[in-house]
Amino acid sequence: MQSSTIDSTQAARNAHGSQEASATHHAEHPDHRLFGFIVFLISESMLFVGLFLAYFTFRLVAPEWPPVGTPQLERLLPGINTVILLSSSFVIHQADVAIKRNNVAGLRGWFLATMLMGGTFLAGQIYEYKHLEFGLKSNLFGSTFYVLTGFHGLHVLAGLILMAIVLWRSRKAGHYSDQQHFGVEAAEIYWHFVDGVWIVLFGLLYLWR
Amino acid sequence: MTQLQLQKDANAAAHGSEPAHTHWREYFSFSTDHKVIGIQYLVTSFMFYLVGGVLADLVRTELKTPESDFVSPEVYNSLFTLHGTIMIFLWIIPCLVGGFGNYLVPLLIGAQDMAFPRLNAIAFWIIPPAGLLLCSSFFVGPPQAGWTSYPPLSLIDAKGGEAIWILSVLLLGTSSIMAAINFLVTLLKMRIPGMGFNQMPLFCWSMMATSAITLIATPVLTGALVLLAFDLLLGTAFFNPTGGGDPVVYQHMFWFYSHPAVYIMILPAFGMISEILPVHARKPIFGYRAIAYSSIAISFLGLIVWAHHMFTSGTPDWLRMFFMVSTMVIAVPTGIKVLSWTATVWGGKLRLTSAMLFAMAFVSMFLIGGLSGVMLAAVPFDIHVHDTYFVVAHLHYVLFGGSVFGIYAGLYHWFPKMTGRMLNETWGKIHFVLMFVGFNLAFLPMHKLGLEGMNRRIAIYDPKFETLNFICTMGAYLLAISTLPFIGNAVWSWLYGPKAVDNPWQALTLEWMTTSPPPVENFERVPVLATGPYDYGMSDLNGEDDANQEVPFGKDFDPALSAGPDSSLRAGPDPAVAARPEDRQGESQNRD
Amino acid sequence: MKQVPNSITTLIVGVTITLVSIWYAQNHGLLPTAASKEASLIDGLFNAMLGISTGLFLLIQGALVVSAFKFRRRKGDDTDAAPVHGNVPLEIVWTAIPAVIVLWLSVYSFDVYKAVDSGSLHSMHAMPKTAQTAQPGRVATLAGAAIAAPLPQLTETAPQPETRNQQQQDAAMQDPATANVRNDQVPQRREAPGAGVTSPQFGPDSSETGQPPEFVVNVTGLRYAWIFTYPDSGVTAGELHLPTGQEVELNISANDVIHAFWVPAFRLKQDAIPGRQSRLRFTPTTIGTYPLICAELCGPYHGAMNTQVIVQTPEEYRSWVQEQTETASSSSSTIASNPAEQSASEFLAPYAEQFGALPQLSADAQTMASSSNSALLARR
Repeated sequence: MQSSTIDSTQAARNAHGSQEASATHHAEHPDHRLFGFIVFLISESMLFVGLFLAYFTFRLVAPEWPPVGTPQLERLLPGINTVILLSSSFVIHQADVAIKRNNVAGLRGWFLATMLMGGTFLAGQIYEYKHLEFGLKSNLFGSTFYVLTGFHGLHVLAGLILMAIVLWRSRKAGHYSDQQHFGVEAAEIYWHFVDGVWIVLFGLLYLWR
Repeated sequence: MTQLQLQKDANAAAHGSEPAHTHWREYFSFSTDHKVIGIQYLVTSFMFYLVGGVLADLVRTELKTPESDFVSPEVYNSLFTLHGTIMIFLWIIPCLVGGFGNYLVPLLIGAQDMAFPRLNAIAFWIIPPAGLLLCSSFFVGPPQAGWTSYPPLSLIDAKGGEAIWILSVLLLGTSSIMAAINFLVTLLKMRIPGMGFNQMPLFCWSMMATSAITLIATPVLTGALVLLAFDLLLGTAFFNPTGGGDPVVYQHMFWFYSHPAVYIMILPAFGMISEILPVHARKPIFGYRAIAYSSIAISFLGLIVWAHHMFTSGTPDWLRMFFMVSTMVIAVPTGIKVLSWTATVWGGKLRLTSAMLFAMAFVSMFLIGGLSGVMLAAVPFDIHVHDTYFVVAHLHYVLFGGSVFGIYAGLYHWFPKMTGRMLNETWGKIHFVLMFVGFNLAFLPMHKLGLEGMNRRIAIYDPKFETLNFICTMGAYLLAISTLPFIGNAVWSWLYGPKAVDNPWQALTLEWMTTSPPPVENFERVPVLATGPYDYGMSDLNGEDDANQEVPFGKDFDPALSAGPDSSLRAGPDPAVAARPEDRQGESQNRD
Repeated sequence: MKQVPNSITTLIVGVTITLVSIWYAQNHGLLPTAASKEASLIDGLFNAMLGISTGLFLLIQGALVVSAFKFRRRKGDDTDAAPVHGNVPLEIVWTAIPAVIVLWLSVYSFDVYKAVDSGSLHSMHAMPKTAQTAQPGRVATLAGAAIAAPLPQLTETAPQPETRNQQQQDAAMQDPATANVRNDQVPQRREAPGAGVTSPQFGPDSSETGQPPEFVVNVTGLRYAWIFTYPDSGVTAGELHLPTGQEVELNISANDVIHAFWVPAFRLKQDAIPGRQSRLRFTPTTIGTYPLICAELCGPYHGAMNTQVIVQTPEEYRSWVQEQTETASSSSSTIASNPAEQSASEFLAPYAEQFGALPQLSADAQTMASSSNSALLARR
């Protein structure tokens, strides 16, 4: 009474498709790395979502926030830092544009500029750490502040390392081209991700009082 | 001509030339072959299963009598802590997801390997060191706070062991995330032509659902454990109430992972059962789409039920009610599965092989776990039985009666494919009977114990519970004994067992369309999806049983032309010339 | 096609399964004595769920067992079974039935929960008329004032929902007996019901219903003992004595790690979390002695952290209170003399035989237990 889930026409068509696919069967694997990388970033973002929600709850259940004796966070330096980090997203995008035009020199230039901006951000972050009046163990606010910004800082560092690797590999002519530039795209997407996380983080820690 | 013959003929060209036995050294190497990695996962996790089983029997030995007379209470707490952690993170998850997932997914979708073979190997090679690290905590004072590691208790006792526990679970979590990325990309991007989502074997659906929840939930556990590690090692106070932290936040983060983890541990088993039952019942799976989509429904709902573990630990009323309803609703997709499996078996021609027995036992044992699960969802009742042996019974019916029976069903079913040799059926049935009896003896009385007032995680209990506990302990010993026939059978059969043919169970899915064991990269050519995965009992496509019908795919290099001129199977070289207009449209949908 | 047994067999099987399920739901003998008003409601819910579960179990299990015999492959038959891919009406039915069952169960559970939680069970209690008509926020004050002295926390201003924990703790600490055993070094968390984090609460809330409980017991969990302090009589005890038929409110907290207060006979359980004040309100009904258990893993001697709850007639209860007050005053000189130098376990030593667990502690565990408590108690 019921027919096969694959009818004859379909079966024959499948056979044809498989035959075509077989022609490239042992050739190079199709490149799924970018898709995989995006899946990874979705997963990674859940780490931050978890930490943000934890911060949110800690804050709501604390009798006072920030706890008594915590100095208000200075906004000027982190604000400048934020502008630098966010604008670096536009800079790194230029690298992507460059490599899609096969312009490796442009790629390197834009990447260097992004790294410089990222480095400045990290330096600013370290400067801020050094001048804060509370430490990791001072109170819950201090703990969440350092852990959240520290985690984000590590991600910035990872982004810088990714870019350094791309720069190193780009020495070899033809390693990146308008056809093949997974590394460049991955570094760029990652950098946008790091920026996105920072926007939320900045809002939660500095702006929400 | 049966569907089986059709599928076989269609894939004659793809069939491997000869069985490719893997040299044993390969299993100790950084191999990137998904089949080697799958077997590495299976064997490694089985070793940890034995460790976890020994721990369980030590726990049961302590509980044979009401007094604390076998080990010290500190050691007892470490025993059940490590038992839980090992069984969950080093046995069920790596075995089902890593082992069967890796072995089967590429074969079932006709791919050569996983999308990222090296990432796959790395994910596996995290497991043995992480597991050994966890076991090594025995030498520094093992963790004592239960597998849930609730602070502030976990911050007070056995700090060294706790730190090792955190590190080990972090590593294992990282490994699961890597594997999940791999599965998702493989399943979404590497299916053979013509295999749309609705032509995928059900195991693939369940792996897709599993991977999705792994990806979403595991990072939150990572976050919780990192914060816990800060508290433990650096003295912060995220979860330490004395310093102003809140232990309940940990519970939320922990269960946000650990409840979905329950589905990570059961969904692949659901998938395997959906593969095994039709083959041995010789009948198509009943309600393919219902089973497939219910996996997705379960994985979605599984993400929004976590606080039902926290009905006594402080959630506002509205949240209690929300989580009660969402938890109960999960019973619907799960019930669909159970009923569909029952209907699959009903009216079949059951070949009661060991694999089939384990699969049917899976359905009936999981049913008990599922029913007690619905009871636990009801807040007022949960308040009574939370943290009691009723919960212990429930979770073992789900994870042992469910997942472990499922794992054994899978092992008996796919052993011939994996090793090229058959397991001994008689010993398989002895194993089944011993395990089935031992399991029910060990865990059925626990329901009553919990209802009557025996709380879990205790070494000392009220003497009035002694008889039932004694029965449970005997059941646990029987369970331990029941493993021996399996180990003997598996080792002997792997070495000397009778050679398996390519398709000993006359199954239709693609893994049986190549040699046993399959060659590296699985198929010589891209396999052909000539029939649905469960089209048992369906005869010739033209509705006639004609053995002489021309074999359409027989010739290697031009299957399309090898069909006779009048055959309905004759492939049009171009989809545009397909006989019916709706078929022409089908082309674009089924190509990825 | 699916094999359908003839309708008479189906009918007989259906009726049998139903009858067996109903019978078993009434006669399972799985639950201990029900000793509180709340327990009978919860048991009713359990019985209903057990009945449904038994029915489903018999149905599905039966189908599997019958299949295993009836649909076994016959010798020599290598053919496949009839191909049935599904049956849409049947699938709709078996999606709808469980959906209806769980919906009904949700509603039923919700009703039971509401009945226990809102105190509609307790509405029979004679209360001052004013309480019913007054503004909800002020009710506690009025009602509490009417009852007066023995309820210090209710004579305070009505607790703000958000800072309830702190106010409850402050109120509890006014009782010297409670202040002696309770760790007040733990900062009290605020309630954040909107974010899903509150203290464990079950049973009617006096600030909402305007009906203060008939009396209050402060319960403190510490490794590995429960300590019960009665603010209205100043009694400290290691066992919970309750008069029958009177509504009691337990104000539960923990000094060191998370514990859980559980009395199986009452079917009630509540976590005791440091930094939070759990509330449990119920009415014991049946005279007897029942186990009182810590249900949340709290350390190596977790299994020994049990005691008893003794439900007595009001007269027996009063005489017990009297007895306790006398012994306490005779031994209080030593306690009061220099509590600052005592660790919790030293302080508790006079009560040790009541607590049960403490004498069994190894020296090691004693040190651990006291080190976590002594620092907190030392300042007194």
